Amino acid sequence: MANKLIVSLSPHVHNNDSVQKNMYGVLIALIPALLVSFYMFGLGAVIVTLTSVIACVFFEWAITKFILKRERTTIMDGSAILTGVLLAFNLPSNLPLWIIIIGALAAIGIGKMTFGGLGCNPFNPALVGRIFLLISFPVQMTSWPEVGQLTSYTDATTTATPLALMKMAVHGDTSALEQLPDTLTLFLGNNPGSLGEVSALALLLGLIYMLWKKIITWHIPVSIIATVFVFSGLMHLVDSTAYASPLAHLFTGGLMLGAIFMATDYVTSPMTHKGMIIYGVAIGFLTVVIRLFGAYPEGMSFAIFIMNAFTPLINTYCKPKRYGEVVKK
Amino acid sequence: MKTFRIGGVHPAENKLSAGKAIETLGLPKQAVFPLSQHIGAPATPIVKKGDVVKVGTKIAEAGGFVSAAIFSSVSGKVNKIDSVIDASGYRKPAIFIDVEGDEWEESIDRSTTLVKDCLLSPEEIVAKIKNAGVVGMGGACFPTHVKLSPPPGCKAECVIINAVECEPYLTADHRLMLEKADEILVGVSILMKAAKVSKGYIGIENNKPDAIKLMTAKSVNYAGIVVVPLKVKYPQGGEKQLIDAVIGRQVPAPPAIPINVGAVVQNVGTAYAVYEAVQKNKPLFERVVTVTGKSLKNPSNFLTRMGTPMSQLIDAAGGLPEDTGKVIGGGPMMGKALVNTEVPICKGSSGVLIMNDKEARRGEPQSCIRCAKCVSACPMGLEPYLLATCSAHGDWERVEHEMIMSCIECGSCQFTCPSHRPMLDYIRLGKGKVGGIIRARNAKK
Repeated sequence: MANKLIVSLSPHVHNNDSVQKNMYGVLIALIPALLVSFYMFGLGAVIVTLTSVIACVFFEWAITKFILKRERTTIMDGSAILTGVLLAFNLPSNLPLWIIIIGALAAIGIGKMTFGGLGCNPFNPALVGRIFLLISFPVQMTSWPEVGQLTSYTDATTTATPLALMKMAVHGDTSALEQLPDTLTLFLGNNPGSLGEVSALALLLGLIYMLWKKIITWHIPVSIIATVFVFSGLMHLVDSTAYASPLAHLFTGGLMLGAIFMATDYVTSPMTHKGMIIYGVAIGFLTVVIRLFGAYPEGMSFAIFIMNAFTPLINTYCKPKRYGEVVKK
Repeated sequence: MKTFRIGGVHPAENKLSAGKAIETLGLPKQAVFPLSQHIGAPATPIVKKGDVVKVGTKIAEAGGFVSAAIFSSVSGKVNKIDSVIDASGYRKPAIFIDVEGDEWEESIDRSTTLVKDCLLSPEEIVAKIKNAGVVGMGGACFPTHVKLSPPPGCKAECVIINAVECEPYLTADHRLMLEKADEILVGVSILMKAAKVSKGYIGIENNKPDAIKLMTAKSVNYAGIVVVPLKVKYPQGGEKQLIDAVIGRQVPAPPAIPINVGAVVQNVGTAYAVYEAVQKNKPLFERVVTVTGKSLKNPSNFLTRMGTPMSQLIDAAGGLPEDTGKVIGGGPMMGKALVNTEVPICKGSSGVLIMNDKEARRGEPQSCIRCAKCVSACPMGLEPYLLATCSAHGDWERVEHEMIMSCIECGSCQFTCPSHRPMLDYIRLGKGKVGGIIRARNAKK
């Protein structure tokens, strides 16, 4: 009997959390937005999402097996599926298959496996894929189909997005903002855009789920949303014909998708609450700066990408509040 | 409801034996007394082979100021002074006594009548506690008389009684409160007198409502004692966390100690031992031990003589189950896995936990995904992932700078890690190395 006892150091119990549970938890949180995208963009959304997920999982499997030559692949941990869904969410629903596959290769290959796989990548892989495609295929990446064309894919008719209208207003088109859909429409998602980003409501449901399941904390999404609201609100007060209302900023483009799902990526965001708030505020600020003063209509992905690069620096200088710093009440 | 401010986790409570009254365990055939069952210098044996001892006879003298005397828990003959593997897994010198009969020292008051009044001076109380070998019963085993002798320049303001029992499974303190409430409260009053303070707080977690109710009702008869119900959160029984939870103060980083913020923290079991030592002349030679586990037939609480092998407790609780994978001395968060079941019960043995083979195995470690859950969980406000990684790389300078010595080894980080990383293993390695470096540096000065 005595010789078969296991001896190890404490703790001897675990809360049974796992990487898989967290990854699949985020995937569950993405379901409302996924359903909205199917409802708004129909066949196109289904094709883009499936292609992106299958391509991401395939590239992760192939690179682990044939290039890194590891015995165990990590495709079952859910992170490649998550990257696939998030990449798809950042693409127009009429994007040709071959471009999606290139995006998936950039995301998994360059964004993730080059650095050693899950946990080692400095930048959010799905963002790497999106930015790679945005720079390589600017035309295809910036023409979005109108909502409601449920049976069309690459043949869908395209239209200007709310963000494009907002950019026109900044450039002096005084009537552009009047063509914006009303705030409720923007909030529900009945407007053109990348397939997963349109419905702020669906994404917020995902946020509530992730907070409830303690997958993420409130710090990053709330600090991004609050900063965008305050900064764009101030600009709106300065000139309401050139600068759209803060609610329009919050409910358009990739803002909610970025704040809730992209910026909160575990691997590429800061580790301390203080750091998360600095990171979130900077992302919100950069997003509004790019949207209002930059060349691109959307700044969310660039803002997150830039702040991903600052994450190690933030981790070095933002320490948690140590016990004992407060000596007396 | 009060609790500590930084970090914390919620392990499943599994208090299987909470409803079981304390039973007195039978005498062992042979009792084994390791000479180091407290923090500080080992005790020095004052008996030799063949000596006849009684229950309560002093068999080893304290080996210094930070040390504690050891008393025989049985009557009989000293068989040998040899070594035994104790709960730490190391072989340590110990006194072996063959049990014959059950004859007690006459000075011990064996009646159960409550002796409420204590007319001794604080100094006399401390001397009596020291002379009874009382140490902290929560597991750390720090000699009680040392805590009651504050260093020059420090003044105690209150006594905080640790009745939190935040370790899952363990119920020894809980049962003690339900069955010996008045004795504990007298013990607390004595500790307050010894520490020269007028305030005493008893911190009890909210998962023991019966104990909170009983202690609160009884405490009105004792001046200055307040029962503080606490929100359930691990590691609230950590000394520093308890001080924060009860009086809202935080002890600065080491070398500062609780007395620097005016607090003297004692375990509830210690308060009971102090009562027995001071009012009943009974040295510390028996304690309540929880024997528990999901596969165990009868999880129980036993009043056990020191030196009893753990196998005897396990047999009394229904025997070692077939599927046993691990036997732990203490609770599942901070307890030590034992190499065999013959390890003797010591002053700090609060429980014996049997885990089945499945529970006993660790999960497969995966890459760190930087989820920061360990940072949120750490009750000391450290960054466990960083300390573990830098320790693994041997960067001792960095881990010292990142305050590795503040780690209380509560295990919250590893408990919460979705990647099942063995962080605390590496942090312990780092603490050991940095501790050595600091000692060497101080020796040079």
